[in-house]
Amino acid sequence: MNFVIPSFAPAMPEIVLLVLASLLLVADTIWSKRYEFATYYATQVILVVVGYLIFESFATEQVITFSGSFVRDTFGDVLKLFIVLISLGIFLFSKEYLLQKKFYKGEYFTLGLFGVLGMFVMVSAYNLITMYLGLEIMSLAIYAMVAMRKDNQFALEAAMKYFVLGALATGMLLYGFSMLYGATGEIQFSKMAQVIASGKADDVVLSFGVVFVVIGLAFKLGAVPFHMWVPDVYHGAPTAVTLFMGTAPKLAAFAMLYRVLIEGLPGLVQDWQTLIIIITVLSLAVGAIVTLVQDNLKRLLAYSGIGHVGFMLLGIVAATPDGYSAAMFYIIVYSITGVAGFGMIVALARTGNAFDKVSDFKGMNKRNPWLALMMLFVMFSMAGIPPFIGFYAKVTVIQEAVRSGFVWLAVYAVVTAVISAFYYLKVVKTMYFDEPDENTKAEPVSRQLNWAVSFVSVALLILGLMPSSLITLCYNSL
Amino acid sequence: MIALSDYLVFGAVLFMISMAGIFLNRKNIIILLMSIELLLLAVNTNLVAFSHYLNDVTGQIFVFFIMTVAAAEAAIGLAIIVLVFRNRKSINVDDLGSMKG
Repeated sequence: MNFVIPSFAPAMPEIVLLVLASLLLVADTIWSKRYEFATYYATQVILVVVGYLIFESFATEQVITFSGSFVRDTFGDVLKLFIVLISLGIFLFSKEYLLQKKFYKGEYFTLGLFGVLGMFVMVSAYNLITMYLGLEIMSLAIYAMVAMRKDNQFALEAAMKYFVLGALATGMLLYGFSMLYGATGEIQFSKMAQVIASGKADDVVLSFGVVFVVIGLAFKLGAVPFHMWVPDVYHGAPTAVTLFMGTAPKLAAFAMLYRVLIEGLPGLVQDWQTLIIIITVLSLAVGAIVTLVQDNLKRLLAYSGIGHVGFMLLGIVAATPDGYSAAMFYIIVYSITGVAGFGMIVALARTGNAFDKVSDFKGMNKRNPWLALMMLFVMFSMAGIPPFIGFYAKVTVIQEAVRSGFVWLAVYAVVTAVISAFYYLKVVKTMYFDEPDENTKAEPVSRQLNWAVSFVSVALLILGLMPSSLITLCYNSL
Repeated sequence: MIALSDYLVFGAVLFMISMAGIFLNRKNIIILLMSIELLLLAVNTNLVAFSHYLNDVTGQIFVFFIMTVAAAEAAIGLAIIVLVFRNRKSINVDDLGSMKG
């Protein structure tokens, strides 16, 4: 058997990221004593370099390398660029938060970089092994990040729950992978699709595989009925980590869903579509109803995130290329809005007050009218009120669901969107019409964070006024 | 001759045991870790059985990757357990319920 050296060029961003992140891991131990923020700045520089590498060699057609285990295509590059952009924002917010909470450590940033590497591998995976490795690189980094506050009981409890349920989800997914391998005899997605199309695969083993894979994916996305971990982990984890795991990994999880179900199992649409319809209906219901009683903003955003995943799945249910593009548009918009929402909590957090309860926002308009307006932008965008971008995200997925004949599902989704508008507007009402408690002073927000929050929130409005470029980008990338 | 289905049933039994271990266990977090390892063993059994009967070596390579990653995963899991124990002086599953809602 002869070994052919694969072409490394398509994987250049990942290779550069891996090498630089490993170097930073070593350099951090030397730097951190002398220069406090060296690791933070190096992290941002590395992300910019990697983003530039992707942008400069932007893929216009599919390239497969490493014996069919790695793929570079427009879909992947668009998602990777957004992962880089969102991570840049996340690290900017996190630095201030870590400083304020007095657990600033270089490890946060190096672990974050490895998490980004894992997401990249997931986005570009073209066989089951690469997908599994990418998922684990990302998950292991995030488990460690959640447990970084070693003295906080809630954070440790969250880390434990996240670890156990995350490992369970991976196990389920792997069990499904083993069935898919057994039925088709292949692990590369396109070859699996060919074997299934030729009808040589065993139907029973295949449908077992599909069920377990969908369960594993639902766990990772945080969709009902596999959502138990989401609120607890989002609540317990330090807000900076919640910001990290609630936004960028959703893009990677979407990529995983796309690669496995749509590129790997297009012949089994009937099977997974039914399962995803059930998950969508349940997620939308829980996202709308359970959220009504939450008084902790982090839990509220966690439950509303479950509802948003339900909306994204509407596009997958449509099972047309346009539907998948709509889902991709939705998940990108959700990640940006998530950065703005959790970023707001990070910006307002002070030593001694996490600022994560809805009641903390009482009368914020009087104390800090500009930030109150920014929070209003975020809430309106999440609720899907025009002219914010969240409105167009909801419109496109609902439109695609209707086009594929799921009118009842679209109507149901609109009803849940109306119900969920209630709690978003409740936050707005608390800020503008409730009297502040007497002893609350204006939140001292650093200028850098003020700019960052304003930038992301205003971007929601500007993207909403000109949504066509982002929509076209998503529709052209599939 | 042992048939493929026997191995699959064995894998399914391991899978069931690990599920029971995760959801019924209310005593000790270490048992959760053991159950997770058992779950991965169920997967490995499946993969090796399929690999043998398909006459294809890919499944066995997959198993190597799973075993390596499982070791890394166990290391992180145990580290988290150590931290939990330092903070609470207990590794009881029931004590991990301070967040509800």
